[in-house]
Amino acid sequence: MTLSPIRDRSIQRAALAAILVAAAVGRGCLWRRESPQQTTVAAASDLQFALDDILGGFRRAHPSADIRVVYGSSGNFYTQIRGGAPFDLYLSADIEYPRRLAREGLAQPESLFTYAVGRIVVWVPAGSPLDLDRLGMGALEAPAVRHVAIANPEHAPYGRAAVAAMRSTGVYDRVAGKLVLGENVAQTLQFVESGAAEVGIVALSLALAPPVRGHGRYWEVPPDAYPEIDQGGAILAHARRSRLALDLRNYLASAAARTRLKQFGFLPPPERD
Amino acid sequence: MDWQAIWLSVRLACCTTAILLLLGVPLAGWLAFSPRRWRFLVEAAVALPLVLPPTVLGFYVLLAIGPRSPVGALYAHFTGGVLPFSFQGLLIASVLYSLPFAVQPVAGAFQSVDRKLIEASWCLGVSRFATFRRVAVPLARPGIATGAILSFAHTMGEFGVVLMVGGNIAGVTRTVSISIYDQVQALRYDAALETSLFLLGFSFVVLALTYALQRRIWTAWPMS
Repeated sequence: MTLSPIRDRSIQRAALAAILVAAAVGRGCLWRRESPQQTTVAAASDLQFALDDILGGFRRAHPSADIRVVYGSSGNFYTQIRGGAPFDLYLSADIEYPRRLAREGLAQPESLFTYAVGRIVVWVPAGSPLDLDRLGMGALEAPAVRHVAIANPEHAPYGRAAVAAMRSTGVYDRVAGKLVLGENVAQTLQFVESGAAEVGIVALSLALAPPVRGHGRYWEVPPDAYPEIDQGGAILAHARRSRLALDLRNYLASAAARTRLKQFGFLPPPERD
Repeated sequence: MDWQAIWLSVRLACCTTAILLLLGVPLAGWLAFSPRRWRFLVEAAVALPLVLPPTVLGFYVLLAIGPRSPVGALYAHFTGGVLPFSFQGLLIASVLYSLPFAVQPVAGAFQSVDRKLIEASWCLGVSRFATFRRVAVPLARPGIATGAILSFAHTMGEFGVVLMVGGNIAGVTRTVSISIYDQVQALRYDAALETSLFLLGFSFVVLALTYALQRRIWTAWPMS
């Protein structure tokens, strides 16, 4: 079958147009100019509310800065960075991950920093009959409590802190059979908020997060009951010349950022030398 | 290797497949033969788990079977237990999640059964139910087998739904995919790889065996 010349030409034109469009789109994707004013941050999901707020302040000081933030699990980011993910600044919920990356040559060792110390709380939904102020950690042992939700201690730093706190207050053995494990603190809170578990141990930052505040009550676990949860980060090796990544890292370590972080439930790291 | 998790997944997949056969075959029969106009609505509802992200489906299941829901309250009234974080809860979630995988091949098989045979049976005075059982079901057997295999395989690899309603309790709700995920999260890549390879090999052997058996049965023993 032969095509009529007119039809033939219109197909050619359509093909040419398609190629041009594809080339334009492809150019946008493949040859995205890496300007020094652009940086991509991989941040632990518990930072979501605090970081959006803090970045507002940073952007006012750097109006031309193009900062992209990806929120997710710190452990997943670690795996992705080892797989070559194009992040510039990594803000982990556990400083152990950036430390490992630095050892492996994937992060700049001198950029390692602790930006905040996480706190854990015992959390119950607003309608719960448990009197947290009176019971404290004892709330986990209450007969009405059938399930206690914590983050998975195998990989979630807040889960490890929860187990440590239960051990040091001596309730662990009686609570161990009631434990259900969330993949992360946010899911742990979901277990409690849905009523499936009666009580949970979550991050203070989560209990204070705008969508959660008002949905429940919390009791702060004394900080001496568990080892410090150091939330740390680092600039990744391939971004060592990025001025913006460095500025952002330094801004997060500044007094202004720490004050904001504190309001979101992340305490400033203790002064060490 | 987390044998406990593997055994749990196998048990869950077997129970899910059994329940889906009991529920899915009549449902597929209804979808294939019902003259109702609004049948397409049920078809769409059955296919929904294909569209919803598993974690979303899992979150809704968590709310739907939690102690504050009517289902959860009823369950607590009769058993005194809670459905989330239990094997029974996982079973409900898995049945919902794999429903389209069981129903669609079976409904397809029923639809391709020669209508004349069914009508002939009716004309001979055999009841609708007996016709379904003695004519339609035997003729749709390959489709039913496919539905069962797919349900089993889909449940073995289920992750998001279990993550949302399971609570990761060893021996109760920590299935093999959750165990692999935990191993990766804890950076134990070797252990994760080992368990994944086992899961891959096991699933391949089970699927290959079933397909081989299915072929042998249908050729050596054509439609008794």
